[in-house]
Amino acid sequence: MGMDFSTLRTLISRYCVGEENWVDSRTVYISHKEPPPGTEAFIQQRFPDNRIVSSKYTFWNFIPKNMFEQFRRVANFYFLVIFLVQLIIDTPTSPITSGLPLFFVITVTAIKQGYEDWLRHKADNAVNKCPVHVVQDGKVTCKQSRKLRVGDVVFVTEDETFPCDLILLSSSRDDGTCFVTTASLDGESSHKTYYAVQDTKAYKTEEEVSSIHATIECEQPQSDLYKFVGRINIYMNNEPVARPLGSENLLLRGATLKNTEYIYAVAIYTGMETKMALNYQSKSQKRSAVEKSMNDYLVVYLCILISKAIINTALKYVWQADPNRDEPWHNERTEAERQRHILIRAFTDFLAFMVLFNYIIPVSMYVTVEMQKFLGSYFILWDDEMFDEELGERAVVNTSDLNEELGQVEYVFTDKTGTLTENNMEFIECCVDGHVYVPHAICNGQVMPGSDTIDMIDTSPGPDARDREELFFRAVCLCHTVQVKEEETVDGIKHGIHQGKSSSFYISSSPDEVALVEGMNRLGFTYLRQKDSHMEILNRDDKVERFEVLEVLSFDSVRRRMSVIVRCSTGEVYLFCKGADSSIFPRVISGKVDQVKARVEHNAVEGLRTLCVAYRCLSPEQYQEVCHLLSRAKLALQDRDRQLAEAYDLIEKDLILLGATAVEDRLQEKAADTIESLHKAGMKVWVLTGDKMETASATCYASKLFRRNTQILELTTKRTEEQSLHDVLFDLSRTVLRHYGGMTRETSSGLSDDYTDFGLIIDGATLTAVMRPGQEGSNSGNYKELFLDICRNCSAVLCCRMAPLQKAQIVKMIKTSKEHPITLAIGDGANDVSMIQEAHVGIGIMGKEGRQAVRNSDYAIPKFKHLKKMLLVHGHYYYIRVSELVQYFFYKNVVFIFPQFLYQFFCGFSQQPLYDTAYLTLYNISFTSLPILLYSLIEQHINADILKKDPSLYKDIAKNSLLKWSSFIYWTALGIYDAIVMFFGAYFLFDNTTFTSNGQMFGNWTFGTLVFTVLVFTVTFKLALDTHYWTWINHFVIWGSLLFFVVFSLLWGGIIWPFLNYQRMYYVFMQMLSSGPAWLSIILLITTCLLPDVVKKVICRALWPTTTERIQTKRRCLASEPSTIFMLSQTSSRMSF
Amino acid sequence: MMASSYNAKEEVDGHHPGSSNHGGTGPINSKKPDNTAFKQQRLPAWQPILTAGTVLPAFFVIGLIFIPIGIGLYVTSNNIKEFEIDYTGAEPNSPCYVCAQNFSWNSTTPCFCTVNFTLQQPFENNIYMYYGLSNFYQNHRRYVKSRDDKQLNGDSKALEEPSSDCEPYRKSGGAPVAPCGAIANSLFNDTLDLSYVETNGTSTPIELQKSGIAWWTDKHVKFKNPPGSNLSVAFQNTVKPVNWRRPVYELDPSNPDNNGFINEDLIVWMRTAALPTFRKLYRIIPKKSGAVSTLPSGSYSLRIAYNYPVLSFDGRKRMILSTISWMGGKNPFLGIAYITVGSICFFLGIVLLIINHKYGNRSSSAEIPN
Repeated sequence: MGMDFSTLRTLISRYCVGEENWVDSRTVYISHKEPPPGTEAFIQQRFPDNRIVSSKYTFWNFIPKNMFEQFRRVANFYFLVIFLVQLIIDTPTSPITSGLPLFFVITVTAIKQGYEDWLRHKADNAVNKCPVHVVQDGKVTCKQSRKLRVGDVVFVTEDETFPCDLILLSSSRDDGTCFVTTASLDGESSHKTYYAVQDTKAYKTEEEVSSIHATIECEQPQSDLYKFVGRINIYMNNEPVARPLGSENLLLRGATLKNTEYIYAVAIYTGMETKMALNYQSKSQKRSAVEKSMNDYLVVYLCILISKAIINTALKYVWQADPNRDEPWHNERTEAERQRHILIRAFTDFLAFMVLFNYIIPVSMYVTVEMQKFLGSYFILWDDEMFDEELGERAVVNTSDLNEELGQVEYVFTDKTGTLTENNMEFIECCVDGHVYVPHAICNGQVMPGSDTIDMIDTSPGPDARDREELFFRAVCLCHTVQVKEEETVDGIKHGIHQGKSSSFYISSSPDEVALVEGMNRLGFTYLRQKDSHMEILNRDDKVERFEVLEVLSFDSVRRRMSVIVRCSTGEVYLFCKGADSSIFPRVISGKVDQVKARVEHNAVEGLRTLCVAYRCLSPEQYQEVCHLLSRAKLALQDRDRQLAEAYDLIEKDLILLGATAVEDRLQEKAADTIESLHKAGMKVWVLTGDKMETASATCYASKLFRRNTQILELTTKRTEEQSLHDVLFDLSRTVLRHYGGMTRETSSGLSDDYTDFGLIIDGATLTAVMRPGQEGSNSGNYKELFLDICRNCSAVLCCRMAPLQKAQIVKMIKTSKEHPITLAIGDGANDVSMIQEAHVGIGIMGKEGRQAVRNSDYAIPKFKHLKKMLLVHGHYYYIRVSELVQYFFYKNVVFIFPQFLYQFFCGFSQQPLYDTAYLTLYNISFTSLPILLYSLIEQHINADILKKDPSLYKDIAKNSLLKWSSFIYWTALGIYDAIVMFFGAYFLFDNTTFTSNGQMFGNWTFGTLVFTVLVFTVTFKLALDTHYWTWINHFVIWGSLLFFVVFSLLWGGIIWPFLNYQRMYYVFMQMLSSGPAWLSIILLITTCLLPDVVKKVICRALWPTTTERIQTKRRCLASEPSTIFMLSQTSSRMSF
Repeated sequence: MMASSYNAKEEVDGHHPGSSNHGGTGPINSKKPDNTAFKQQRLPAWQPILTAGTVLPAFFVIGLIFIPIGIGLYVTSNNIKEFEIDYTGAEPNSPCYVCAQNFSWNSTTPCFCTVNFTLQQPFENNIYMYYGLSNFYQNHRRYVKSRDDKQLNGDSKALEEPSSDCEPYRKSGGAPVAPCGAIANSLFNDTLDLSYVETNGTSTPIELQKSGIAWWTDKHVKFKNPPGSNLSVAFQNTVKPVNWRRPVYELDPSNPDNNGFINEDLIVWMRTAALPTFRKLYRIIPKKSGAVSTLPSGSYSLRIAYNYPVLSFDGRKRMILSTISWMGGKNPFLGIAYITVGSICFFLGIVLLIINHKYGNRSSSAEIPN
C-alpha cells in the first residue's frame, strides 16, 4: 500500500472521545458561492490546495535537514564530536580515521533517504498532476489535481479514484447512492454504499449541480477514517434547510468509485488535510530487548573509554613529572606548547586519549545492525512456507526493528475469531421459542418446505408458533447490513448461475451476517436486495415481500447489537434487534426466555457463536418519538456518538424475544498444532476474545489450549456473585500455589503428559474489578498482584467478554509486571489494534475483517499457523544472529583498541597510535565488516526443520540469554585476553632483538602491523569458528576479506603515495612478511588467541550441553556414524535377551 | 474480493464451503515468493560442529607440530652468539665516565674513550654490530611525528619549506633545517671503532662495513637527495640541525655516495623504534674468506667518540656484537612460546580425550534411542 497509517492518533482520539471530538469547524461554500445575506455570517477560512506532499525534503533543504536529522542520533553525534575534536586539537590520529567512517555512514544513510524521498517526490508529482474534472460555471473542465480547492464540485466517473475528501451530492443512480471500495485505504475490498444528500440527489447534470446553492459546515479534519460529522445548509428560495452529514456521505481520498457511472461531489478536505494524508504519519516506536542491551553495553564501553582516558592522562602526568622525561633534549616542545596552561594541556591530553581509544565504540555497529535488520527481514517476506495459496498472500514486514524480538516472546495474546478460527461462518441452527431448526440444505441442495428438512425438538408448532417462526425468519432476513452483489462479469461459471438468473452473492463486513442470511435462504426465506429503501424478501411461497427500511441502528462493539426499523406492506412498524445474548436478555420483557437461554448456552458449549433475535412493535406515536430521538442525535455536531448511543439505548428496549441463532466458526488449519508448539516452546498463550465464555472455552479445548487434564480455574462474574472477589482470588491462589509448592521445576518442562496444569478463565467484568485502582487503598494493589501470581502459574488463560481497550490493558498489565516479559499480540480485526500496538510485537492476520490489524501491526501473516514458523524459526534465527552480531562487534573493537591502550605504557603516554591511519580507518569499514554482516544474515545453527519439530529449543534463547551480562563479560574478557596475547607476543618478539636474517631492524610501524595482522586474522577466525552454516557465500566473504586485507596492505606499502605527506608504511608489510620469525609468531599468536575460546566451547558442550547443542551433536552422530547406531541397537537387543 | 465475498448459492450446488471462490489466480502468482535456495534459506552448506571428538585430533596435531618447531627455534637461538657491552659511563669506574660527565654541546673536539673487552668464543660468519639505547623514547608521539618524508624524498619545495610537523626543529635562524625534525636532530653520532688486541699489545683495527645496514627500499626509493649533481649546492640554502656537528652532505667523508639524505646511518635512525629500549644496526663485519673466524676469541678494544649524551634522561648506551641465523638474532622467547603452546595443546588434547571418553559417549547414547 505504500503508506503507513498512524494508529497512535486514532488511539488517542479514542481515549479522548467526548472532549476532543469536536475540535473546530469549517464552512465550505459549494462552488464558492457566498451564502445569501442574512444567514449566519461565516468567516471564510483559508484552506490548503490539493497538493499532497509526502516527501520530507526539497532539493534545497535536503542536505541541512538530512544532516540535522542524522546527527540527532546519539551515536552519530558522538562520532561527529570526536571528529571535531580531532580537527581542533593536536590529536594522535588524523581526522580522517573517524571522519571517513562517519562520512561513509552518513552518506550511505543520506543516499538511501534521498532515494526514498526522490521516489516520494515522483509519486507526489504523479498524483498532484493527474487530471481532475471540475464543474465550473455549469461546465465540466479539467484541471490538475493539485489545483483543486475546497468548495470545488468534482465530477468522478466509474473506477476513478477520488482526488480529495468529498461530500457526495448526487450520483448516476436514482437513489443517490454510489459504491466505493476502500481497498487502498483500509484493505477492505468489499463495496461499500455511500449516500448522497437527499436534497441534492436530484441534481444530475453539470448545469443542475452548479445551480446548487449551499454551504457545508463540518469539523476540521481528523484522522479517524470512520468518523465524520457535518451539516449541509441548502438555500432554496433563500430558505435554509439543514441536513446532517455523516461518514456515509463522505468519500475519502484514495477510495475508488465502483458500479456507479458518475457522481458529483464537493471537496471539503484537500491536500494534506485529507484523511488519507492525516494517516500517513509515523510507525510505532517499539524497541527490542536486544537494542536495549546494546545500549546498556554501549554505556559500559563509554565508561571504559572514559576511565581509560582518565587513567592514561593521570599516568602521563605522573610519568612526565621528571622534566628530563617530559622534554629530553632530543624531543622538545614548541614554544607555543610550553606557554599553554597545564590544565588546558591536561584537558587536551584527555581529549586526545579519548580520540585514540574512541574506536572501542564501534561506529559501524549501528549501520551493520540496521542493514542486518533491513536485509534480514526479507527472509520473512520470501518465505515460501508463510505464503498462503488460498489467500494469495505472503507475510508482510512493517517494521524490521523487531526481528529478533520474535525469538524472545514469553506471552502470546491471541484473538479468537478470525485468528484461532477461520472467521468463515456456517449457519448451524436456529431456535425459535425453543424449537430448533437445522437446515439440511447440503444434502440435496433443495430447500423443501415443511418439517421434513427441519429437525424440531418439540412437537410441531401450532399456528401461533408458525407466525412467530416466520417473524423470526423475517427478522433475521431484515436485520443486517448485507449487500447483494450482482455479478455481471463473464466468469459466471466460477460463481455459478442459478435458474437462469445472473448469479449474486452476499457481501458484508461481518461474516456472521452473511452466514445468517445465507442460512435463512436454506430455511426458505431469501433476502433478494435492497431497492429504493425497500428490502425485498422471497418467502417460502416464492412470493416477494417488501419492507420499507426506516432506520438502521448500526452495530457497534460496545452495544454489541444492531437494530432495524421497518414498515411492512401492511403498514405496521417493527423494530428488529439482533445481538449478543448478554445485551439482548436484559432488554427483553417477554418471550420464552428460559428455553432460548438454555439452547444458547448449549450451543455456546459446543463452540458455536450465538446471537439472539428480538423484536418490538412500534405504534405510530412510538415511531414518531423514535424518529425525533434519532434525528436530534444525528443532527448534533457535538458529541454525536454519545447522543446516538443514548438514543439507541432508549429505542432498543421492551423487546420481545424471538429466538437465537447459532453459527459455527471453524478452527483455523493447524491452530491446535501451533498452540501446542507455542506451549512447548515455553510461551504462555492467552486468548482474549469478545465472545462469551462457553463458546470461547469450547474453542480453547478444540485448539488444545486447554487439555483434558487441565484444571480450569474460573474467575467470572458468576463466581464473584457467590463469593466476594477477595475470597475467590485467595482461593485460587491457594490452589495454584499449593500445587506448585510440591513440584520441582523439572516437571514443568512439559515432558510428562500426566502433569496437570492450570487454565484460567476470566471475564471482562471481573477483570475490571481486579484492575480497579485504589478503592480500598492498599488492598486493591494486592488484587492485581494476586491475579498476576495466579496467571503466572497458569499455562493458558482465557479472557472472554473483552472490550478492545481491555485487551490492551491486559497486555499492558503483563508487560509491566515485575519480570517484564516480552509479549506478542496477534489478531485480525479492528478490535485487536489496541493490543497489537500495546504489545512488544504486534502481529496482524490477514483476515476477513479488513486490514486495520495488518496496517497497525509490526508483522502480518496470512494465517495463524504461520506464527509457528515466524517465532520458532525466524525469531530464533534472528535472535541468534543479532546477539552474535552485537557481542562480536564489541569484542572485535576491544581486541582492536586494547593493544593501543597497552602501548601507551611503552611510549611515555604520548598517545602514539599503534596502527597506521589506514588500518585504523578501514578496520571496521572493510577488513572485518562483511563477514559478520553475512553471518548475521544467513547463520543457521540448527536446521529450520529441527527448530520447528522441537519447539523446546526456543527455551534456550529465552530471557535474552545470549546477551546476558555474564556472556557479555565473557566476550569482553576474551577480547582483553586476545589483546594482551597479541600485544605482548609482539612485544617479546621485538624485545631488543632483530628478527631478520640480514640483521636489519624493524621500527614501531612494523610492530603495529604485526599486531594488526594477528588481530584481523584472529577476529575473522573467531567468527569462522562460530559459524555453523558454511555456504559458498561465507567462504567467499571470510577468505575474501582476509585476502583483501593482505592485498590492501601490499598495495598500501607497495608504492610511495604522492597524496600522503608521510610514507611510514612504505614496504613495512613486505619486510615483515620476508621475515620467518614474523610468520611463525603470527601463527603462534593466532593459535594462542583462539585456543581458550575453542576449549571453552568444547568443554561446555561436553559437560553442560544446552538442548541446542545436544541436538546438534545428535544430528551429527546420526548423519556421520550410522554404524554406531547399528552397534548400539545390537547391544541393546542383546541385552534384552 | 477475498476479504468477504461469499456465494450464497454455492453450497446449494454442493461445493465445499472451504473451497469457495477466493480471488483470481493473478495475485497468487505475483505474490508467491520465489522458491530459490537462497530466499528459502536452504543454500547447501557445510555445517561443522566443534565437539571434543572433532577438536581432539587438531589439538594433538598442533601439539606435535609446535613442540618440534619450538625446540628447533630454541636451539637455533641458543646457538647464536651475542656480546653486549655498556659504555654509558654512568659509574665512576667506567672508562667513559669522564666523557659522560664533561659532555658539552659546544665542544668542538670529541671526547674519546676506550673500552676493552674479551670475547670468550670466536664469532663466525657475518657479524652484526649494533648500538643500543635504553630509556630513549623514539616512539613518543611528538618525536615520531617530527619529520618530513617529502623533504627526505628529495622534494625541493619541502627542502625550502619543511612541514610544520618538524617544529620546533623546522627552521634555525630563518633558514630551513635539512633534515628537519626531532628525529633527524637527535641522530646518534657516537663513532665506534673496534680493534683486535693481540697478546703482544698491538691492536689491529677491524674493518667495519657501512653499507647494507638500512632497508634496501629505504635507501633507494624512500630516501632521495634533492636534485643537483653537487650536494653542497643542493643544500646551500639550508642549515644543519642544531645538534649536528656536520652538515648532512658531509656525514660520511669516506664515501661520497653515502651522504645527504641517503646516508645509511641517518636512514637507520629515521626508522623509529617500537619500544624505549632498542638497538639499531651500526656496522657489519663481513665474513673473512677461508676458514678463519670473523672475530676470533681474544681481547678487543672499542674506541668511542663520545658525542651522544644520554645521562640527562637516565639512558644507557650499549654496543652489541651478534651473529645471525635465519630467524634473526638471539631471542629465546619464540622457541619457548612454541614449546609452551604446543605442550598446552597436547595436554588439552589428553583432557579432551578423557572428557570425550567419559561424557561424549554417554550423551550421544542417551540421545539416540529418542
